Amino acid sequence: MNCCNNNNKNSIEGIKDKKLVLAGNPNSGKSVFFNHLTGIYVDVSNFPGTTVDISTGKYKDYTVVDTPGVYGVSSFNEEETVARDVILEADIILNVVDSVHLGRDLFLTKQLIDMGKPILVALNMIDELQKNGMTIDVKLLEELLGVPVIPTSAVKNIGVSDVLASLEQARQGNRDPRLTEMMKKFGNTCSKAEALMILEDDEIVAERSGVETSCLRDDIYMERRRAVEDIVDKVLKETSKGASFGILLGRWMLRPVTGIPMLLLTLYAMYKIIGIFVAGTVVGFTEEVIMEGMYRPFIISVLSPFISEGSFIGSMLIGEFGILTMVPVYIIGLLLPLIIGFYVLMAVLEDSGYLPRIAALVDRMLISLGLNGKAIIPIILGFGCVTMATMTTRILGTKREKIIATVLLGLAIPCSAQLGVIMGLVSGLDVFYIITYITVIAAIFILVGTVLNKLMPGESSHLLIDLPTIRLPMPGNVVKKTFQKTVMFLKEAVPLFIYGALLISVLGHTGALSYIQQWMTPITEGLLKLPPETATAFIMGIIRRDFGAAGLTSIAMTQQQLLVSLIVMTLFVPCIAAIMVIFKERGTKDALAIWLGSFAAAFITGGIIAWLI
Amino acid sequence: MNMTLDKVSRGNKVRITKINNKDIKTQAIRIGIYEGADFLCSERLAGGPVILQNRMQEVAIGRRLAEGIEVERINK
Repeated sequence: MNCCNNNNKNSIEGIKDKKLVLAGNPNSGKSVFFNHLTGIYVDVSNFPGTTVDISTGKYKDYTVVDTPGVYGVSSFNEEETVARDVILEADIILNVVDSVHLGRDLFLTKQLIDMGKPILVALNMIDELQKNGMTIDVKLLEELLGVPVIPTSAVKNIGVSDVLASLEQARQGNRDPRLTEMMKKFGNTCSKAEALMILEDDEIVAERSGVETSCLRDDIYMERRRAVEDIVDKVLKETSKGASFGILLGRWMLRPVTGIPMLLLTLYAMYKIIGIFVAGTVVGFTEEVIMEGMYRPFIISVLSPFISEGSFIGSMLIGEFGILTMVPVYIIGLLLPLIIGFYVLMAVLEDSGYLPRIAALVDRMLISLGLNGKAIIPIILGFGCVTMATMTTRILGTKREKIIATVLLGLAIPCSAQLGVIMGLVSGLDVFYIITYITVIAAIFILVGTVLNKLMPGESSHLLIDLPTIRLPMPGNVVKKTFQKTVMFLKEAVPLFIYGALLISVLGHTGALSYIQQWMTPITEGLLKLPPETATAFIMGIIRRDFGAAGLTSIAMTQQQLLVSLIVMTLFVPCIAAIMVIFKERGTKDALAIWLGSFAAAFITGGIIAWLI
Repeated sequence: MNMTLDKVSRGNKVRITKINNKDIKTQAIRIGIYEGADFLCSERLAGGPVILQNRMQEVAIGRRLAEGIEVERINK
């Protein structure tokens, strides 16, 4: 390639084989093609400098690269930047098009054609289109685009072998003559694909080539959009009226009368699966039987002849909060089953097309908190693990939303580890206190969100979301997504849990922990009217939120006192790993404000309740 | 009749005449929402997003965004 001074080297650049790149809109079925092409030998790696994973594999002489699903080649977010860089390096592109959403998907197709790359189009989900009473004139579409178009239903293995057999036929399509003319001015400074990106105001590509952008993007996009609509009008034929069950189901999910009961039912099912089965049965086995019952005694018996548990090093390694004792017990025994459970459910919701509809349904409620419907994703995940959920705030549109979501997660969403113990304690209370507890936590959630939305400068982004057709999720894809996300979580979170444990061990060994507890006593006794030992429970709550809540079980308290301590415990800072992830994601200044703010909010709310009841 | 998208009721057909939010405008063209496009308002959640449908495609547009999108009623 006769190209410019790339200052942003990427991971696929060094590949010697021909690069076959899969490109398509989200949910177009790209991954199914990827799996067909590469089999099980797939390499998943993090794209340098980003949080996006890309998969690569081999097919014959090709190196096959999957890209994140995008609506166009540009750089509105991180995933698009990654897709753009992979596509720019492609030798051949297999463009997977969802025929049910032909108008939406052909925008990307036309753009890829304008880039001048050899292309092959897989017209996927063609059976679903027919079920909805429509057909596509494939011959005509092929003619209009100038590239081979093959109808497929990858899930049912229809047409896939035709696609594989036709890879060599991939060719440059009918490029927009006006654009071709405009690209000429770049001469040999960069490739056709890069020239198009520069014409479409891609700042990064322009900078790499040392060229200025020309503010033509909106014009080019509109022109392309018109061309696409023209093609769709010509090739799409309606044969009969009538919507398939998937379409109808999608409508019911949105309409509040049917949508709200369906959402409640889904949440109840999630609670049954995660809250009862995973958190109870599975964790009971993995944490109690395997990790506490077998692993901890084993590791202590192996190491204690060499290191005394009471020594400084010993306490850090195999002490109560040791990195070889508490950390693996917590992560493998408790967190891992819950994280996997949550990721599986989220993948099912996402792949079925239900998640965007939930986002639309709850959008209204979240707007007043300065968020939009998309924020429901980190909020749901927060009930699993606040650390994992805080990482997920990356999907939100603006810094403002990220801060608000982080605050709400840290403050008012109890994670699953804590929720179990809290529910045990709450169930012993009178109905009045149970209702008070739930009301206070919910009120704080709403109040803090509303106040932040009023006080914080700037504006939050609004919901603009494509609603994919409702489809049955593919088990293979769900497993793959869950695996990738779990690995990513472990990579990021395990070091945080280790640092956290080390910090606590140091504090414990040096006596600083008991000093902090003494220092807190006036607050717990004076302000919250609680027994002095609760200070210990609160501190333990920083190490592991469930430790804190469990610590309350052994303290003799009146119902009022238990209510106050539960409220404080819930609102109180999240566990140490979550605190660290807040610092990592939000930066020192904002994180410190969030951290101190949640201390204040917990004690002030607890104080008010203590003096009111 | 000219109005903003948030005022459209369910079942009405509209043509988008102007998208006032510049940032959104570019991204929206890609998924098929653009000045001159015709849609059916297939759902309108009270106080929440407006759902626009064109053929088999549906897009949810947040209420505040809808307030910045000008449309005209069409009968087709």
